[in-house]
Amino acid sequence: MTASTIGSTGGPPHDLAQNQHAYLELVRRRRLYGGVLLILFVALMMSGFQMAQSRNAGGFIDGLPMVLAFPTEVISEAWEKRANLPGIFVAHIPSLIETLNIAAVSTILGGIAAMLLALLSTRGLSPWPRLTGVFRRIMDVCRAIPEIVIALILIYILGGGPVPAVIAISLHTAGALGKLFSEVAENADLKPVEGLTSVGAGWGQRMWFGVLPQVAPNWISYGLLRFEINVRASAILGFVGEGGIGHDLKIAMQWGMGRYDLVVGIFLLLFLTIVIIDTISDRVRERLVKG
Amino acid sequence: MTMTELSTPTLARHVLKTHGRRRLMSFAVPLAILAYLVYAAISFDVAGLASRAKMDNARVLLSDFWQHKTHVTRQNRTGALSVSIDGEAKGTYPADRLPAWITQAGGVTTVDLGDGHLVTYDQGGARYVVPDYGTIDIRQTGDGLALQAPQPLPDWINASEGRISVTTEAGRFAYTRSKVETFKYEPGWALFFFTLDSPFHYMSWPEIAASALWGERVDPTRPNIAVMADQFWNNAMWRHGDVIWALFETVLMAFLGTFGAAIVALPLGFMAASNMMPLGALRFGLRRIFDFIRGVDGLIWTIVLARAFGPGPMTGSLAILLTDTGSFGKMFSEAFENIDEKQVEGIRSTGGNALQRARFGVIPQVMPVLLSQVLYFLESNTRGATIIGAIVGGGIGLLLTQAIQTQKDWEDVAYYMVLIVLTVIAMDNLSGWLRRRLIKGGTA
Repeated sequence: MTASTIGSTGGPPHDLAQNQHAYLELVRRRRLYGGVLLILFVALMMSGFQMAQSRNAGGFIDGLPMVLAFPTEVISEAWEKRANLPGIFVAHIPSLIETLNIAAVSTILGGIAAMLLALLSTRGLSPWPRLTGVFRRIMDVCRAIPEIVIALILIYILGGGPVPAVIAISLHTAGALGKLFSEVAENADLKPVEGLTSVGAGWGQRMWFGVLPQVAPNWISYGLLRFEINVRASAILGFVGEGGIGHDLKIAMQWGMGRYDLVVGIFLLLFLTIVIIDTISDRVRERLVKG
Repeated sequence: MTMTELSTPTLARHVLKTHGRRRLMSFAVPLAILAYLVYAAISFDVAGLASRAKMDNARVLLSDFWQHKTHVTRQNRTGALSVSIDGEAKGTYPADRLPAWITQAGGVTTVDLGDGHLVTYDQGGARYVVPDYGTIDIRQTGDGLALQAPQPLPDWINASEGRISVTTEAGRFAYTRSKVETFKYEPGWALFFFTLDSPFHYMSWPEIAASALWGERVDPTRPNIAVMADQFWNNAMWRHGDVIWALFETVLMAFLGTFGAAIVALPLGFMAASNMMPLGALRFGLRRIFDFIRGVDGLIWTIVLARAFGPGPMTGSLAILLTDTGSFGKMFSEAFENIDEKQVEGIRSTGGNALQRARFGVIPQVMPVLLSQVLYFLESNTRGATIIGAIVGGGIGLLLTQAIQTQKDWEDVAYYMVLIVLTVIAMDNLSGWLRRRLIKGGTA
């Protein structure tokens, strides 16, 4: 790296002093730029933080000792009532299953949509190469709209229940996975596809037999990663909108003092589920990618 | 593989067996997924969805997204007429500047809904002329309303004791004892630029441009263009100024949270990397902390922090910071473990200490990878900050949830959605551009 820099910026190779000078000059300039950028960045962070603090209800310094106060209060109360925890676990398993179902269904539906979008937006695989840009924009918009917007609007139309959350998360998943899928598909070997074309296979057959076997491990791996994210998203949507364990948690929080054992119970259930899912999916993904 | 090998019966059997298993899989997996979806559809009660869905709401929402309605209301007792947009006080037309489709003459008000639909308010009643149907005539009698219309009454006319309402494709009309109202629907977001109290509302675009450049000053102390900017920014209907501030707050939350997390996670990542940190116990402890932070999830952290710091953008940025520290710590330590040791050894051979080895041996290698990960997170956090804003009460997320919960300001919802989508796409492009620049600039 350095050798090429010296060779290209300096004059003839024998003029060592001049090269050294030029190199040091380059290093100095680069450090200057780096320093200026760093100062700018620090200033931006500081002023941004100041501004955020001034528009916040409580200040940073005042709130800092309070960070542990709430968890301590909650945990100490829950510890006194720890005998209730197993009962709370059992009582909330149905809503946990609902949350997991929302995540799984939207990963599957969004994943299927993402596969189609990815194939349609990859040049060389798409049946309509001119429209790849259109499908890309569709994915961008699907990714950009926050799930909560879609979910809240759909709750207004469809009433409560898990379906609004499923549709909201699926749309987002389709956009997010579609982008990752199409990056994988771009690197797929086109020879099997050409081979299939030569024997007269249709577009669906070419994709199913020529592309899918190549990209499947990576796609499934991304899909699992997305499932992890969607479990969290589904819990959050429950908290803001309705349905699932997020909603139970919100209700428990609203009960407040006296029912903190409920808060801790639901929280532990969610935490353990997320950790278990992450661990399993980590293992599976490692095996998938390493073959 | 040669032909003789292929032709051996054991191998052929083996190939056929694997092939058969594959074929079975390619049917079994889609079938299993289908079965699961069927189960989910039953447990989510998708069949009952049709009865629960409120299609009226959907219609209201979709029409509100892109059009506005003007209420023309007459109080029957006093005869006072008011014309307002969406029935809001701040969208009320001044009495001397009514829209051209409303005419008043001698106590009779005529509302032209277009396509031959004509509503007339007169003394003691109102008339609605519907093309291809006839005239609906309503008279107020001593004890109720008398309706005269071609029989039989179609289902878009709803007549009861104290209220008669008519819904056509041109608009809606409702008569009660106390007042008569007509709603005219028009495309577009009303008063988006200037409200009715602004003189610029009554000008066309070329007139506004002319007024901005050389027109007579509306306010003698300021040029017209400044007045326009002020009236647009402080538009009472759309509150552009507040909305842009909220949007800025959301981006600020994402920015502070993401980069704050990166700064915190950098040293922690070093300490959690097996090739940098000789102390196994500390490494193990840090990793478990990262796992814990990630496992607890942003939702819980947001709630806990909101209790301590109160609502606002700082709480949101701290929540993002905390959550992402877990992810970055893990990712950074993995990046450190995958570095090329040769460069570190080179620095060590010249007598560099641990800090120098890190600065000159490790950082230049991993910087592009780390930055690109951080920028990916910045992009997704911009979207996440909307949701966090809804929980902690800050930024565009708060405005959005409020607008949705009122269940009538759907044009605001549409406006916010457009802004959010544009912002996220802009951040997407910005981070993509920065990623390309930095990675190229960092390694070249």
